Amino acid sequence: MSIDSVFVHKMWNDNELSKMVKGGVPFPMLSDAGGKVGAAYGIYDADAGVETRGRFIIDPDGIIQGFEVLTPPVGRNVAESLRQVQAFQLVRASKGAEATPSGWKPGKATLKPGPDLVGRVWEVWKTSMAFDD
Amino acid sequence: MPEEFKPGCARPTGGPVGEKPVVAAADEKSSVKEEPKAMIQVGKKAPDFSAPAYYQGKFVNVKLSEYLGKWTLLCFYPGDFTFV
Repeated sequence: MSIDSVFVHKMWNDNELSKMVKGGVPFPMLSDAGGKVGAAYGIYDADAGVETRGRFIIDPDGIIQGFEVLTPPVGRNVAESLRQVQAFQLVRASKGAEATPSGWKPGKATLKPGPDLVGRVWEVWKTSMAFDD
Repeated sequence: MPEEFKPGCARPTGGPVGEKPVVAAADEKSSVKEEPKAMIQVGKKAPDFSAPAYYQGKFVNVKLSEYLGKWTLLCFYPGDFTFV
């Protein structure tokens, strides 16, 4: 979503993005002229008249599970966004019985918070696990 | 799912996703006008909105609440044809 019109979205998709992504952008390119939606999400820069680089993870119940906002010159890490969605999906599937520690990615160990784990995380989680192997 | 439309304006529906919009009490005489503030907080409902979109060759209206039941990534960016 940006403050551009749907007509500009069409031109950008058809003339540039479709040359990067086969078939063009696979999701709706939303238009928010005036920035009202961006303002509701707290990411509209009224001075510049544009939206900043906000990214919101919204779960199946419509609840915001996470967000990230960057100023314009630095791009997002798509893989990190997907990792976070996978982590939230795992937590949701476990109905909160499992949690994903720092550095978790699919295949890595989760934590099962409870009385037995208090003070003993150091036994099951090492700082090296915060980083990619 | 999204239906084709005549392009209009994006607008917040005025309520959290999946819930009825909060109707402002018009008859209530309050001299204090509240500043609209962002109501973004993790663990809380996302503000619902309806917005025009370009999607697979068509102009459509997209409402966030249509995506209830799915995991959704909502991404904002400064502008088309910018570089990042």
